[in-house]
Amino acid sequence: MASYSTNEFRSGLKVMLEGDPCAILDNEFVKPGKGQAFNRVKLRNLKSGRVWERTFKSGESLEGADVMDLDMEYLYTDGEFWHFMLNDGSFEQHAADETALGDTVKWLKEQDIYTVTLYNGEPLAISPANFVELEVVETDPGLKGDTAQGGSKPATLTTGAVVKVPLFVNIGDKLKVDTRTGEYVSRA
Amino acid sequence: MSSSLWQASTSWDALKQRADTLNSIREFFKVKGVLEVDTPALMRAGSTDLHLDSIKATVDVAGVQQDLYLQTSPEFALKRLLATHGQSIFQIAKAFRNGEAGSRHNPEFTMLEWYRPGLCFQGLMNEVAELAGELLGISTVESFSYRSLFLERLSVDPFTARPEDLVTLCLDKTGCNMVGEPTSSSLDLLMSHCIEPYLGQDVLTFVYDFPASQAALSKIDVVDGVQVAKRFELYVSGAELANGYDELLDAKEQERRFKHDLEMRKSLDKSQVPWDQKLVEALKTDMEACCGVALGIDRLLMLRYGYDDISEVIAFPFDRT
Repeated sequence: MASYSTNEFRSGLKVMLEGDPCAILDNEFVKPGKGQAFNRVKLRNLKSGRVWERTFKSGESLEGADVMDLDMEYLYTDGEFWHFMLNDGSFEQHAADETALGDTVKWLKEQDIYTVTLYNGEPLAISPANFVELEVVETDPGLKGDTAQGGSKPATLTTGAVVKVPLFVNIGDKLKVDTRTGEYVSRA
Repeated sequence: MSSSLWQASTSWDALKQRADTLNSIREFFKVKGVLEVDTPALMRAGSTDLHLDSIKATVDVAGVQQDLYLQTSPEFALKRLLATHGQSIFQIAKAFRNGEAGSRHNPEFTMLEWYRPGLCFQGLMNEVAELAGELLGISTVESFSYRSLFLERLSVDPFTARPEDLVTLCLDKTGCNMVGEPTSSSLDLLMSHCIEPYLGQDVLTFVYDFPASQAALSKIDVVDGVQVAKRFELYVSGAELANGYDELLDAKEQERRFKHDLEMRKSLDKSQVPWDQKLVEALKTDMEACCGVALGIDRLLMLRYGYDDISEVIAFPFDRT
């Protein structure tokens, strides 16, 4: 892999730090008027998800990480692995384990498209789209005509995720949910 | 963004604020009888400072090519004017520093620099506080020695600590590996990461008596048994705003520092620049003791009007040039 100097650190660049692949989030140039220049860098460790803050001397470099974000269609799970397929016509498949899947399991729907992060060719993380549409399988009966703001109740979706919904929502309704916050947006 | 790179990055208000601020500065100096002067941005000598990189420009006059350097500050030329006339002067100059770009840096920026023969170190600090205080609406002033800040914030004496202990502290505090770097760089790291961000919160904070290794163009004195550079810095809201010197006026020592700087640059594989022989000649005249200070206008505007990024006060920052 190529290596990258601090002046090439841009948000989104993937580099290796302490043996782990990381994504650069922020790079701030710090220099006293008459002194050495530094770069104060924020990185997300792609394995642990943790955010690291590290300072480098300006001009220092880090090895690039063999990390790619690819759009793939979710196919099925065999209980141990979750299988995804590239939707570029190549039918190339990748199997992600529970660690890579993480919280995304809550938003997983067959035939939907997910971002699969490959590290050295293996799935490292799976990210859902910002919004997904899922069906309600369980909730208290809806109150007819009650579209007023204020009240809410829990609803279980096909994936097992539980979200807070307005009182008028019924079993069988399709909902639009924001995967970043886990919050109900609207009926789909 | 890319489609609108032809546009200025500033609002019309920001342009008016810059004009207003420059007018106020000129008025301030007019009242004090300090004369505005102009000196070249392109000179035959550059800055030898280890951490300042001059931008080279090749000039062709009558078929003769010469390398000139965009000045990292108008300091050398202003000191030559001082040696010629011995009067108080100021300049609002464009200064250029290679490689410096970020939310508080632009490779080309505006610098206010002034010199006050006869005014003592404390007198100049007071004048800086008067100008900055008036423009920023801050009347409280505090000052700390460089040493006291390190002792208070990091429990370490920057003048006597073992270099390897400073390296360990750097790693602990910032994750930056300073093994093999000059000790003054470890101090820069600690200062910029662990001390600066806390300085100048609703107050003008002066820091004085820097380590001798960071003297640049200031006099060196002995205070409490250690060599200190007679230099001060002003910090506001965690940002370095001004840098003042009790100016070194010893031609021999100046020449020695230029040559020492160039040796250091060589050892670190940094570009070589011609040192300013004309400045050394000027210092051989019998100049009156003098203090001088440089203040970053772009940062002053950011602080005065609450902007977070330098591109909000410079119409065409580096990426739009």
